[in-house]
Amino acid sequence: MSQTQQGFMKSLKCRECGRDYPLGATHVCEFDFGPLEVSYDYERIKKSLTRAAIEARPRTMWRYRELLPVAGEPTVGSQVGYTPLVKADRLARRLGIRELWVKNDAVNYPTLSFKDRVVSVALSRSVELGFKTVACASTGNLANSVAANAAAAGLDAYVFIPHDLEQGKVVNSLVYGAQVVGIRGHYDEVNRLCAEIAGKYPWAFVNVNMRPYYAEGSKSMGFEIQEQLGWRIPEHTVVCMASGSLLTKIHKSYQEFSKLGLVPETGWKIHGAQATGCNPITSAQKAGMDFFKPQKPNTIAKSLAIGTPADGFYALRVMKETGGQGDDVTDDEIREGIRLLAECEGIFAETAGGVTVGVAKKLIASGKIPADSSAVLCITGNGLKTLDAVVGHVGETREIRPSLREFESLLAEERPARPETSRAGLAHA
Amino acid sequence: MSVRIELPPPLRRLCGGDAEVAVRPGTVEQVLHELHTRYHGLRERLCDDRGALRGSVLVLVNDEDIRFLERQRTPLRSGDRLSFVPAYAGG
Repeated sequence: MSQTQQGFMKSLKCRECGRDYPLGATHVCEFDFGPLEVSYDYERIKKSLTRAAIEARPRTMWRYRELLPVAGEPTVGSQVGYTPLVKADRLARRLGIRELWVKNDAVNYPTLSFKDRVVSVALSRSVELGFKTVACASTGNLANSVAANAAAAGLDAYVFIPHDLEQGKVVNSLVYGAQVVGIRGHYDEVNRLCAEIAGKYPWAFVNVNMRPYYAEGSKSMGFEIQEQLGWRIPEHTVVCMASGSLLTKIHKSYQEFSKLGLVPETGWKIHGAQATGCNPITSAQKAGMDFFKPQKPNTIAKSLAIGTPADGFYALRVMKETGGQGDDVTDDEIREGIRLLAECEGIFAETAGGVTVGVAKKLIASGKIPADSSAVLCITGNGLKTLDAVVGHVGETREIRPSLREFESLLAEERPARPETSRAGLAHA
Repeated sequence: MSVRIELPPPLRRLCGGDAEVAVRPGTVEQVLHELHTRYHGLRERLCDDRGALRGSVLVLVNDEDIRFLERQRTPLRSGDRLSFVPAYAGG
């Protein structure tokens, strides 16, 4: 394969045995079922990817394109990424930490989650490999992103989701004209069905046969964090985990920038966050195990409800290697996390974001993230998609007639009426 | 009647190209042993050096992960279905 066909990629490499494979639509090693990962020509990349080169490029995730697995220019999602890194001083004070940043992928373009990063890579590569139909197994956000980006690129899309997803996430896939198939089962069962379908139909399943490319898109969130912090690696990063892939790719982004000399080589810790109702990875981490026991999920954080996380083993390894911790939070703590972020920073995250904030709060309170340190919280999706999870928990509208007198009596009631119930989460934060 | 073994695409080449093969009932361990005897090269794909099933492949009996059942001691009766599924990512 010539350089024009493979860009800065070298091969697909098995993470278990190191065997190389051609850069096609394939995802597991034929010899040991190990996951395949894209390997790169870092010598060539080093000559091309400098701070000056990056800073001169458009503010999208593609400003790091040498480290993203497409051969040519991206054809799908060329405007994705470069979301705000918000200095969250008010939240920092609430949580009791010196410095806190929020990487806000709740406003990622176009479908308001970090999945637009992985999808723009997977679909751009799918087009390069000649696919006309794209598909995915999804807990919701990925389906939204595949549906939208496929529509914009003129590709046919099939998305497979658990039948009981939040309405917001279902509508957000249907509106783009994708074929949406609800499966009566957990995400893990959806995934298995998709594995069978992917074996039979010549489609680009972004998280099955295109997974090596897809997963690399997550690195861009980590690249942006480092650049936006002024070309440095954060001391602490808190990442929510479903399959665990994002956490491993944030880690890889820090390794790659370090290796290329784009940031100073400083130590970092990556902490993993899950919901207590689906915590195969954090429960293994807390027990000091390097493998996990699969679970049947039961949590309002449906986007994280993967009971058999494909990258669980690797996520555990990253936490162990970097000295990071894992922890999980209950449904009530998730809602409290959503409200903390919303009330302190004006950012409305979906349930997964509540998980990240809730776990950060616990890790700071226990000293596992020291009070005098600096941390980045990765917020991966938008609260408008998971309204069902917070309706009835964020207070209610108070109605009055259009009368100044009624408004003033409402104002007079406000002080005693508002606090404990509506600000419960903040009272002791 | 026998136990049906469903094979994912990466394993089919080793098993004569079939998507499904049949074996006699027994425990998962016994069934694996019969498969390993019958198809050269299969053991290395499914098991590590110590003979333990690799973490990168899910083993399911009638769609249930054997880690929720009795692991390798899980019984397989006539008409049961055993599937091998590589783990996938997503969200």
